[in-house]
Amino acid sequence: MLDKSYYDKTDEIIAVYGKKPSSLIPIMHDIQETYRYLPGELLTYVAQQIGITESKAYSVATFYENFSFEPKGKYVIKVCDGTACHVRKSTPVKEYLCKALGLSDEKHTTDDLMFTVETVSCLGACGLAPALMVNDAVYSKMTPEKAEEMLNTLKAEAFGGEGGSEQ
Amino acid sequence: MRLENRTQAVEYRDACLKALEQETCRILICGGTGCLAGGSGKLYERFLELAKDTDASVEIGPEIAHLGIHKSGCHGFCEMGPLVRIEPYHYLYLKVQLEDCEEIFRETVLNGRPVQRLMYQQDGRIYPAQEEIPFYAKQTRVVLENCGHIDAEHISAAIAAGAYEGFAKALFTMTPEEIIQVITDSKLRGRGGAGFPTGKKWSQVARQPEKTRYVVCNGDEGDPGAFMDRSIMEGDPHRMIEGMMIAAFATGAQEGYIYVRAEYPLAVERLRLAIRQAEELGMLGDHILGTDFSFHLHINRGAGAFVCGEGSALTGSIEGNRGMPRVKPPRTVEQGLWGKPTVLNNVETYANVPMIILKGADWYKSMGTEGSPGTKAFALTGNVCNTGLIEVPMGTTLREIVFDIGGGIKDGGSFKAVQTGGPSGGCLTEEHLDEPLDFESIKKFGSIIGSGGLVVMDDHTCMVEVARFFMSFTQRESCGKCVPCREGTKRMLEILERIVAGKGVEDDLYTLDEIGNMIKNMALCGLGKSAPLPVLSTMRYFREEYEEHIFEHKCRAGVCSAMQKYIINPDLCKGCTKCARNCPVGAISGTVKEPHHIDTEKCIKCGACMSSCNFKAIYVES
Repeated sequence: MLDKSYYDKTDEIIAVYGKKPSSLIPIMHDIQETYRYLPGELLTYVAQQIGITESKAYSVATFYENFSFEPKGKYVIKVCDGTACHVRKSTPVKEYLCKALGLSDEKHTTDDLMFTVETVSCLGACGLAPALMVNDAVYSKMTPEKAEEMLNTLKAEAFGGEGGSEQ
Repeated sequence: MRLENRTQAVEYRDACLKALEQETCRILICGGTGCLAGGSGKLYERFLELAKDTDASVEIGPEIAHLGIHKSGCHGFCEMGPLVRIEPYHYLYLKVQLEDCEEIFRETVLNGRPVQRLMYQQDGRIYPAQEEIPFYAKQTRVVLENCGHIDAEHISAAIAAGAYEGFAKALFTMTPEEIIQVITDSKLRGRGGAGFPTGKKWSQVARQPEKTRYVVCNGDEGDPGAFMDRSIMEGDPHRMIEGMMIAAFATGAQEGYIYVRAEYPLAVERLRLAIRQAEELGMLGDHILGTDFSFHLHINRGAGAFVCGEGSALTGSIEGNRGMPRVKPPRTVEQGLWGKPTVLNNVETYANVPMIILKGADWYKSMGTEGSPGTKAFALTGNVCNTGLIEVPMGTTLREIVFDIGGGIKDGGSFKAVQTGGPSGGCLTEEHLDEPLDFESIKKFGSIIGSGGLVVMDDHTCMVEVARFFMSFTQRESCGKCVPCREGTKRMLEILERIVAGKGVEDDLYTLDEIGNMIKNMALCGLGKSAPLPVLSTMRYFREEYEEHIFEHKCRAGVCSAMQKYIINPDLCKGCTKCARNCPVGAISGTVKEPHHIDTEKCIKCGACMSSCNFKAIYVES
């Protein structure tokens, strides 16, 4: 059971977009941005508030790859596997990250909820292939070595207490 | 400040121009996604600091004197980023690092002297001015003319460069019918992939009896390997917004939506900023420039579904539904967003509109080819020296693009193919190098221009693996509504996975061909219909590679690891036993100080032996 603060925050988000069915996707985006995932209880609540059935809300949420019912890590690392990145060897970078963080194709997020590693179809940073994105920041021309360096920096930042919006 | 009429708009533009002219020197730091990733945000701050420490009176923005420091949009030369351009000298500095800022500031900004070591060099020649660099000299930048050259975060910079002049001309001197006629005469075709005539689309919307209409911009650039639209949205957002406004005025729409991929946070940010600034000026909103025309613009973010690039899926997504294409007719022009007539064009198409209105259809037709006039922006990527964003007239040959602008194949490899149109397109090969690229010609070769991604592949690229890669993409992104696409792509992917794993059988090529053509003819939407194209096209031009994989278990590019054999060269092996100790499956045998041997049956091709060998005695045969 989520505490009241979650519902208050959701009310705020709903107020921004209005209580109408077409607000569903923007509302889900904002909830996910706030909590790094989409809590199922909140989706039910949103559906009631904007006047759609729970099943409809669920069908939309599961259709789009961006929405996740599982909590994601503080740092979401999206490794680009677009064409340009693929031909410039993005696979070893993803493999390195998974290995270093103990993740796999089934397990995307570390147990301490620090890191999530996913593949993304294309970041549109093809000129810098292979690229990856950590939260909103793009890292270019990656290699397993550069990925190691990046992970060390992120870990230092994470366990230094502050941070979250790195460039 | 709010502009109430045309005179005020002209006065405002003159004021913006004047302010810009007062900048005796201007530093434009590329603030595109690529250069930001390279650290250009820090360069911007460093230049601000440097300016503060000197006598030069500096303010940011256009209402200023002397020195201007601005964040621009993408220059397109992403390979060489972070980029810094200095006006009035047109200098373009490449790969600028934090430590370089002081020198640039001292030499160029304060004393007007070039910093040669940061300039583009080729064959011993230094190219100080951006426009002379071969990468740019061979291009015709029309849609992208402002990208990188203006401040991307201030509407005044865009207006000084001519933004909203085309709209003002349309609003005050033309009727909606005249506007549509000019667009029709210009033969502008949709830049999103299918190449549908834009004027025709607009006139169909204008003809509908239903009076509530919408203008929608497709910024869901989902093709892997394409980023033209992203660069326009980030670098010159007002040009695209202006195009949408002209479309709205011509078709009688009052509401517009821009659908942007969630993977483009910077584009969303810049568009939001641009819309807010346009609203403050009264260029968007109610009674624009004192007329009866009102237009409101909204931004919708995608949520990671490739299929939302398809028209009916996109409008469905804006409505808050699953983004799944529906059966047509009725088409989007008849019943689009919320069942109302809708103009749906992509970013680059809208960005073409203002210039056509301003300069006329004949001017536009003077560029490009008879059937495909104008220019096209391409994202040139893959194994080519100069990756980046380029713009050339339609009809430019592939050779000019890959070799003259792109600088040839990276690391001295040899040219093999160019993949166009992403997962909906196909390959062009050596034999097509001298063919002009336009909508018609490229279709003849079994590919499409698509949104404009050009991925260059060299001889280290395995075409079967590339086909598998695209098929895994389309299979994953298939929305699942129609059987041919949902089941067909899955079966095709299984076969391709089998082939690259070295387990292909003789019938596979026939089956791929059969299922591919079935999907092509029977899928519900354009994306489904084009899903098998990468496979059909590579089978057409690189059939021998498929056959080698199936019959000889050979991958000539050395990519498919299942075909590889790790072998120890007995002449180089010292018998140190290191490889045997590192092998996780015990596939290496041999006695100390004697050459070792790898059992290829046991070998899992992990490469651990090769990276551990101190004598480079292990090699891979494919």
